[in-house]
Amino acid sequence: MKLDQRSRQLREQMIRVMEKGKRGHLPSAFSMTEVLRILYDEVLRYNPADPVWKERDRFILSKGHGCIALYVLLAEKGFFPQDELWRFCKSDGLLGGHPERHIPGVEWGTGSLGHGLPVGVGFALNAKYEKATHRVFVLVGDGESNEGSIWEAALSASKHKLDNLVVIVDYNKQMTYGTTFEVQDLEPLTDKWKSFGFGVREVDGHDLHGLRSVFSQVPFAPGKPSVIICHTVKGKGVKFIERNFAWHHKSSVGEEEMKLLYEGVNNNA
Amino acid sequence: MRKVVMDMVYELAKKDPRIFFIGSDLGTEVLKNFKQEMPGRFLMEGISEQHLIGMAAGLAAEGKVVYLNTIATFLTRRCFEQIVLDLCLHKTNVRLISSGGGIVYAPLGPTHLAIEDIAILRVIPNMTILAPADAEEMRRLMPATVDYPGPIYIRLGKGGDPIVAPNVPFEIGKGYVIREGADALIVTTGVTLKVALDAADQLVKENVNVSILHLPTIKPLDTKTILDSVAKVSSIVVVEEHTVLGGLGSAVAEVLMEANFSTPKKFKMIGIPDVFPEGYGSQASMMEKYGITAKNVVETVKKLNQ
Repeated sequence: MKLDQRSRQLREQMIRVMEKGKRGHLPSAFSMTEVLRILYDEVLRYNPADPVWKERDRFILSKGHGCIALYVLLAEKGFFPQDELWRFCKSDGLLGGHPERHIPGVEWGTGSLGHGLPVGVGFALNAKYEKATHRVFVLVGDGESNEGSIWEAALSASKHKLDNLVVIVDYNKQMTYGTTFEVQDLEPLTDKWKSFGFGVREVDGHDLHGLRSVFSQVPFAPGKPSVIICHTVKGKGVKFIERNFAWHHKSSVGEEEMKLLYEGVNNNA
Repeated sequence: MRKVVMDMVYELAKKDPRIFFIGSDLGTEVLKNFKQEMPGRFLMEGISEQHLIGMAAGLAAEGKVVYLNTIATFLTRRCFEQIVLDLCLHKTNVRLISSGGGIVYAPLGPTHLAIEDIAILRVIPNMTILAPADAEEMRRLMPATVDYPGPIYIRLGKGGDPIVAPNVPFEIGKGYVIREGADALIVTTGVTLKVALDAADQLVKENVNVSILHLPTIKPLDTKTILDSVAKVSSIVVVEEHTVLGGLGSAVAEVLMEANFSTPKKFKMIGIPDVFPEGYGSQASMMEKYGITAKNVVETVKKLNQ
């Protein structure tokens, strides 16, 4: 599937962030670019002028290492100046290698895996208690889904019938060492979430129409939390880093490689 | 102490709609009144401590004040990272009520002995650590925890502990000078205040007059009162129901070392040595085994003063 102009431009921005910061988890960000784009363009309620607006939807990026994608979107939406992107990981920068709560638009500081969903359950429970209408979205990684705390939180979300909670799994099936099938197989993943009491949908996480459709249907069942399993490709958008284990995290990228990254995105038209 | 802390959670919650209670899998009678009268704010969530801390942090970030109770070791050992990140880094108003601080659960063995809980938590920025001496001090302490900013660890004693702390208003961060004497200073926290008082009584009979400084707040530490108290003596003994590594003794030692006194001071820590305590018995018998006793405090003071 080819990327449209907006998806290519977002990725170009992410490459630029990495170029300036000289590091980053680019493939993890590329893997969830379409998901985040649809969320921020069409699904989430928020107000960049008032990032803590009470009625906002809460979004937690639990797989915090993919934060470059989030930063590019938050900057574009006006949560903070675009210039901050070019100071990624600098000593005086706003934006570091994992999201922190002092960043306007970042709901929870993450980086160590398995923390976002329990906190999201707390947010959703509070919304229920207050009879508030905002929703809570938590994006978790597939590797992250090895953590026991994810499943502890899933039990709790189901017990409390949190149909205002939407878990999004970025299922790119690649971890740092190897595939999820080799390192720690999650299958049958859909059955697992179902058995934990969630309404489940699977979707191609790069298919804009599919994502729109699935997000418009949450909650999938009244009184049940929802999970959207997004089948994605790690590094999606640049052929030579797609499914390339050498690219999980880069802390030095040469000029030639940077050139190839930009070309790679633009060739994906 | 446990009954009082639960009674206080109930009383405070009745007055303050922000207060939530979360338990793991506690006794069936726990806070029955809270559950009946304020069901939406009472949560018994199962044996999933890491999740409980995250969920509590989420509720607190939304403006709630969350009191969370389970066994001390499960909170501090299993959930260390959740405490560091979700509570301390995010400065969430979660109050960890830890059952069985110290060696209360002596008969239950090493999985239940919270002998390093203070050491673990003391090094985390934004954490507050409280260890009251008795149920009445707990009663005075609890109202102060409602609006105090950031996470708080409240260490519970066994229950039925003798009432020994002076009946004065409780302030988080304040040390209490309970006796004044020029011959030595005993510094203590939690239930070992009783040990210090008994030791002081015995020493008086031998014409040795000691000061006692009770520090129910271990963090933030009342360094001013420590230094004021230390100025009057040349021997200092710290007694605590905790490993001698990293607890109150270490905290006091850090203050003393940096004070660079012009005249030397003598210093000794009494607590659990750097071992996993062996055997079972009772809190009292284990304290006896490791010398956390009035008798040992008396001997230690006398030895330092020789």
